[in-house]
Amino acid sequence: MINLVWLIPVLPLAGFLINGLFRNSLSKGMTSVVGCGVLLASFILSLLIFGEVRQEGFHAVTVTLFDFISVDKLHIPFAFQVDQLSILFLLIITGVGFLIHLYSTAYMHDEAAPHFARYFSYLNLFVFSMLLLVLGANFVILFIGWEGVGLCSYLLIGYWFKNIEYGNAAKKAFIMNRIGDLGFLIAIFWMISQFGSVTFTEVFSGAKGASVGVITGITLLLFVGATGKSAQIPLYTWLPDAMAGPTPVSALIHAATMVTAGIYMIARSNALYSLAPVSQTVVAVIGLATALFAATIALKQNDIKKVLAYSTVSQLGYMFLGLGVGAYTGAVFHVMTHAFFKALLFLGAGSVIHAMGGEQDIRKMGGLRKALPVTSITFFIGCVAIAGIPPFSGFFSKDEILAAAYARSPVYYVIGLFTAMLTAFYMFRLFATTFSGSFRGTHEQEHHLHESPSAMTIPLIVLAILAAVAGFLGIPEALLPNAHVLSHFLSPVLSGEGGEHAAVEMSRGTELGLMALSAGLALIVSFLAWSRFKSKPELAEPSGVGKVLANKWYVDELYNAVIVRPLYGLAKFCTWLEKWIIDGAVNGVGRLVQYGGRQLRLLQSGQVGGYVLLMVIGILALFLVELFVKK
Amino acid sequence: MPINYYIFLALALFCIGVAGVLTRRNAIIIFMCVELMLNAVNLLLVAFSKMHQHALALANPQAGIDGQLFVFFIMVVAAAEVSVGLAIIVMMYRNTHSIDVNFLNRLKH
Repeated sequence: MINLVWLIPVLPLAGFLINGLFRNSLSKGMTSVVGCGVLLASFILSLLIFGEVRQEGFHAVTVTLFDFISVDKLHIPFAFQVDQLSILFLLIITGVGFLIHLYSTAYMHDEAAPHFARYFSYLNLFVFSMLLLVLGANFVILFIGWEGVGLCSYLLIGYWFKNIEYGNAAKKAFIMNRIGDLGFLIAIFWMISQFGSVTFTEVFSGAKGASVGVITGITLLLFVGATGKSAQIPLYTWLPDAMAGPTPVSALIHAATMVTAGIYMIARSNALYSLAPVSQTVVAVIGLATALFAATIALKQNDIKKVLAYSTVSQLGYMFLGLGVGAYTGAVFHVMTHAFFKALLFLGAGSVIHAMGGEQDIRKMGGLRKALPVTSITFFIGCVAIAGIPPFSGFFSKDEILAAAYARSPVYYVIGLFTAMLTAFYMFRLFATTFSGSFRGTHEQEHHLHESPSAMTIPLIVLAILAAVAGFLGIPEALLPNAHVLSHFLSPVLSGEGGEHAAVEMSRGTELGLMALSAGLALIVSFLAWSRFKSKPELAEPSGVGKVLANKWYVDELYNAVIVRPLYGLAKFCTWLEKWIIDGAVNGVGRLVQYGGRQLRLLQSGQVGGYVLLMVIGILALFLVELFVKK
Repeated sequence: MPINYYIFLALALFCIGVAGVLTRRNAIIIFMCVELMLNAVNLLLVAFSKMHQHALALANPQAGIDGQLFVFFIMVVAAAEVSVGLAIIVMMYRNTHSIDVNFLNRLKH
C-alpha cells in the first residue's frame, strides 16, 4: 500500500491537467466531479496508508521514484517519505482540501465555465504542490512543493485578475514569499556544502557532528524561509492582502494548509533546531511578537476576512512559539486544530459573504443569525474553538503550547496568555457584530439573505464537528495520563530534546492551575466581548490608538516608505542609466558610423582625377610612414 | 657615371608622369604619363642592375641580372596594358564622342 503513495500527489496533478487543458469544453458539473473526485481519492488513499502507519512499531518508509539530480557525489533522489508527521499532514491537506473543493463548487457557481475550470485546476495544482511539500524525503523535493504552493497562491489571489488591486495583492504575496525563499535556498546550498546531502535523515545525522555556529546559521536561514511562507514578522503583510482571492482559497491556502508549510518544515527539522538554542529563541520571540502584534491589529478590523487573516497570522505566531520552546507536538497539534477551525471560520465567512452578495464589511451586517442558522452555529463553534474555551479543540492545542512556554520562561507565558485573551475578544467581537443585533445593510441585501446550499453547509458541519472534537486527540497528561494520542503517535518523528521534557517536569498542580487560568480568562473575555458588541456594535471610525490599530500600525506605509519607495527610486535611476548611458553608448556607436559613412560618401565623386589624386596622396603617406615613422 | 644621375633622371620622369596623370584630362595623355612612370621604374631597375653587376662581377658573374629580367617583364605587361587600355579608350570614344576623363563621372551612380 505504501508503495502507492506516489498516487496521492499524482491524482491532483491529473485533476489539474484535465481541468486545465479541457477547461473550454468541460461543463461545470464535470469540472466539479474531476476536481473533487481526485481529492477524495487522495484522501481515501491517505486514510489507507494511515491505517498502516498507525500500527505499533512502524518505521518511516522512503519510496524512491527516480534519481532527480545526480552530480558528482551529490545525489538527490525524487523520493517520498512516509512517516507519522507526513501522514498527519496528508490527512489534513486532503481531508480539509476535499471539503473546501466541495464548498467551492457551490461558492464559485456564478463563474463562467472556463473560469470555473481554471479555478479548480489551480486548486488541484495547489494540493499537488502541498502534498509534494509534505511527502518529500529531502529538502529539495520539499522546496519544489514550497515553490509550487507559492505559485498557486499567487495564481489564486489574482484569480479575479481584472481587478488591479487583486493583481497587486497577488504580486505582493509572491514577492514577499520570494524573499523568504531566498533564505531557504541558501540554507539548502549550505546543507549541500556542509553535509553533502539534502535527505532529511542524512542531514539530521550529519548535524550532530557539525559546529553549533553552522547549525545556527542553517536553521536561521530556514526560519527566514518560514517567515515568508508562514507570514511572520517581518514578512507577514502579504497574508492579509491575500484575502483578495476567493474565500475558499483563503480557507484552504491562507489558513489551513500553505501557511503551515513553515511550521511543517521546522517541525520536520526539529533535530536541527534542537541543536541550535539561539535559533530556537529567535523562532520563539518572533512567533510571540507576531502573535501579539497581529492580534492587536485584528481588534479593530472591520472586514470579516481581514479579521480572520490577522487571527491566522496570530495563530501561526503561536505555532512558532511552540516550535521555539520545543513543543513540536504542540505546534503540530495546533496546526491540525487550526486547520479545522480556521477553515471552518473562513468557509463560514464565505457563506456570509455569499448571502450578503459580496459585502465583507461587518458594520453593514448584523442579525444574520436568523437568516443563516447553520452558518451562525458552525461559526460560533469555530469562535469558541479558536478562543480556547474547553472542551473545544483550540483549548487543548493552545494550552499545550502555553504550558511549554511557561516551562521555558514565564514571560513567554504571560504574553501568550494575553494574546489568547485578545484572540477571544476579537473573535467574539466579530461574531457578535456579524450575527446578532439587527441588520444594518441595505434593504435589497436583506431581501437577498439566504442560507447557503448544502454543498456549502455540509463542509461547515463536518468541520464544526472536527473543530469541536479534535482536541481530544491531545488531552494533556495532567488531566488524563496516557491520553495524548497525538503525542504518542508523533513521538518517533518529533523526538526533539528540550521543551517536551520540560513540560512534563512541571508539577501537575501548576499545569492544572495554568489551564484553569487560561480557560477562565478566555471565557470571561469572550463573554465581555459578546455582551459589549451584541446590541451596539462599533460603527464609528476609530480614533487615537484604535486608529493606529485599524491602520495596521502603519506597517504597510512604513514598508512603502523604507523599502518600496527607495527601490522605486533605484529602479528609476537604473531606467535613466539604461536609457541615457547604456542606450546612449550603443546608439552613439551606430550614429557615429552612420554619420561617418554619410561624410565619406562624398569622396565618391566619380571624378577619375580625384581618385588618382587620393591614390597618390595615399602612396605618399605610406612612403612617408615607411621613411620616417618606422624604426 | 655615378648612380645618382640615373636616380634623379628616373625620379624626374616619374614625377612628370604623376603630375601628368593628376593634371591632364585627355585619356591618351594620362595613358602616356602612366607609361612614362613605368619606364622611369625600368630605367631605375636597369641602372641598379648594372651597378650591382659592376660591384659583384668578381664574386658572381650572374649578379644583378634579375633586375634586367624584371624590366622585360614590365615591358611585356605594359604592352598588354596598352592593348587593353587603348581598347577601353576606343570604346569610351564611341560612347561619349570624347576622351575627356571628366565625362566618366557616371561611375558614382
